Amino acid sequence: MIERRIQSGVGPKTGHKNEKGVGCLNIIVCIKQVPSTSNVEVDPVTGVLRRDGIKSKMNPYDLFALEQAFLLREQYGGTVAALSMGPNQAMDVLYEALYMGADSAVLASDRRFAGADVLATSYTLAQCVRKMGKYDLIVCGKQTTDGDTGQVGPEMAEWLEIPHACNAISIESFSEGAFTVKVNMDHSIYTLKIEAPCLITVDKDVNTPRLPSYLRRKRAGNAQISVWSMDDLADQAESHYGLSGSPTQVERIFPPEAHDDRECFKGSGEELADRLYSLLRQKKRI
Amino acid sequence: MNRVEPADLEYLRSFLPSKRVLVGADINPEYAHDELGRIKGVPDVLVRAQSKEEVSKILSYANRRLIPVVTRGAGTGLVGGAVAVKGGIMLETTLMNRITELDEENMTVTVEPGVLLMDLAKYVGERGYMYPPDPGETSATIGGNISTNAGGMRAVKYGVTRDYVLSVTAVLPTGEIETFGSKVVKNSSGYSIKDLIIGSEGTLAVIVSATLRIVPSPKENLSLLAPFPTFQTAVSAVPELIRSGTDPTAVEFLTREVISLAEDYLGKSFPRIQGDAALLLTYDGFSAQDVSERADMASELCIGRGAYDVYIVDTEERKESVWSARRVFLEAIKASTTEFDECDVVVPRSKIVGFAKYIGELSERIGIRIPYFGHAGDGNMHVYFCRDGLEEDAWERKLQEGFDFLYSKAAELGGMVSGEHGIGFAKREYLAGSLGSNQMELMRRIKKAFDPKGILNPHKIVT
Repeated sequence: MIERRIQSGVGPKTGHKNEKGVGCLNIIVCIKQVPSTSNVEVDPVTGVLRRDGIKSKMNPYDLFALEQAFLLREQYGGTVAALSMGPNQAMDVLYEALYMGADSAVLASDRRFAGADVLATSYTLAQCVRKMGKYDLIVCGKQTTDGDTGQVGPEMAEWLEIPHACNAISIESFSEGAFTVKVNMDHSIYTLKIEAPCLITVDKDVNTPRLPSYLRRKRAGNAQISVWSMDDLADQAESHYGLSGSPTQVERIFPPEAHDDRECFKGSGEELADRLYSLLRQKKRI
Repeated sequence: MNRVEPADLEYLRSFLPSKRVLVGADINPEYAHDELGRIKGVPDVLVRAQSKEEVSKILSYANRRLIPVVTRGAGTGLVGGAVAVKGGIMLETTLMNRITELDEENMTVTVEPGVLLMDLAKYVGERGYMYPPDPGETSATIGGNISTNAGGMRAVKYGVTRDYVLSVTAVLPTGEIETFGSKVVKNSSGYSIKDLIIGSEGTLAVIVSATLRIVPSPKENLSLLAPFPTFQTAVSAVPELIRSGTDPTAVEFLTREVISLAEDYLGKSFPRIQGDAALLLTYDGFSAQDVSERADMASELCIGRGAYDVYIVDTEERKESVWSARRVFLEAIKASTTEFDECDVVVPRSKIVGFAKYIGELSERIGIRIPYFGHAGDGNMHVYFCRDGLEEDAWERKLQEGFDFLYSKAAELGGMVSGEHGIGFAKREYLAGSLGSNQMELMRRIKKAFDPKGILNPHKIVT
């Protein structure tokens, strides 16, 4: 059992009010820089993804998360802060979030954070969230296109001891301190009420993310992105971060085998149907 | 002109397998029209040629027998060019679809006419090259593209199909196989017969091979989406954009109306933008810094000309969210109405605003919905007359009236009948009206010089 509990309270239990007395929301969106191509090579010796020389971009799922946050900000007022963990070049995606409309951005960057698995990553991000102050909602993409685990969001919520919901297709409303959320459970759609502060991961294609703005880029030219190292965080036990805080041992990473064996059948509809049926029977698919 | 008789079929089957000589119910009804579908005609026989020798035999026979021959590629035309309006032989080239040579020293690729544009783009793309013409319909054949001198969105920077055809090998009605042009870069050697064949829509000769120029594929590209309060303000910025030296690859205009149709058609939202119109610009090049600097200059210019902002369309996801809508404009308009007809007039860039204003007035005056979109960078407008709930008579009347007004306005502004779709069957009278009798007579004589018996695609372009 890994003992890394965040004990103290984590922000208000309901959305606070703005000067007009209407509930407004402070939202944190977690984003990640990922390779911009799906053809990333794996180093056969170390089993690590070869990221050198590969162009990067924002994890596409995070675009939907950002857009969802912006829509809530438009509806209820408040702020959107972007948070990422990664090397210095991950600053690029944070700037991109600013150009899209984020109000502020934080990068957790420290050599001691390197090699983190989902547990250490979620812990580091949770530590950053604590330092960021009061918030009502954390929004994440449901997964990343490189790691693909879909676990960082929920694990952050566990560290922060806040409720979470995954695969949201919409955040319908916020009232009386709770969000009404629709989540995609593959075979059914659940409508949940989830108390703030909470964490929600959003499904893909639930909105059309806005584009980065040239004018915002011009204005954000001198914007400061806060860069935090381990020394800035409340928990400074090195064993909780990076490789040393990661119980996951990756034995091997390999691209899945691609099968493009194909057979072409020709004949009348009836013949083809018979052929297909017997083939499926033979392969015990039906 | 004669119809195809049993003896003719017998001759064709003497050197072609029966499965490539189709008649009656074996001819798919799709062959009776093109993509637009308003011009109809069933061929007597559909012949699917596989080699230039076969084409030569078919043509010399048809010429002797005075049987019309309509050459057809993928049938994606919009003006009835590849429709057998008088029966006869339909000569389909889609089985002649080999890429026969890539010459990297001379930067050329040689293709048969049935190669699809998308397959050519993929083939050269995988080898680090680009074939720049990019008509929206990528399932069209290269033969069709050459026959209509197809354009596309990259025309602003790269030009049109004609600019990339170095030579064509074509079969004359008498069966001779001739190559016009060559791989040379410069050529001052007499009349350019190659250039007459380009854009001749199968009325002069049948193209059986073409050598095309390719360029190194740009490594970087990004698009900009600049929303403006009105169509006028958007399009008014274009001449300055072209003059600015930022060298855009494409300059498209989008109207709120057509964006909404695309959203309905795709069932997803376009990225949110302000205003009634937008310019969609593309920049390409070999270094990210160069492309981004030119894009920044263009952004400043757009904002200076009244754009609300300029949005950066840089990743695959963002390009998809914008370009997927742009790509389906034609389909979206088609889906929004019961029937439609189109015109693709081209006017000088400086006249687009005036022409669009006229379309708006015309739409109100004759009571018909006329959405449009197009290439702001080259003045090529795609204008669609939508039938909606109109009765047949009223629709035909208003369509005729609308086209008459529109083409005469285009001519008044110094425009031409077609920017990239061609004349085919549907636009013949407008071509005659626009060019006048002297030029039409010259065209007729040129046609006669190639095809004295008039068997090649009769009733198209000239009559």
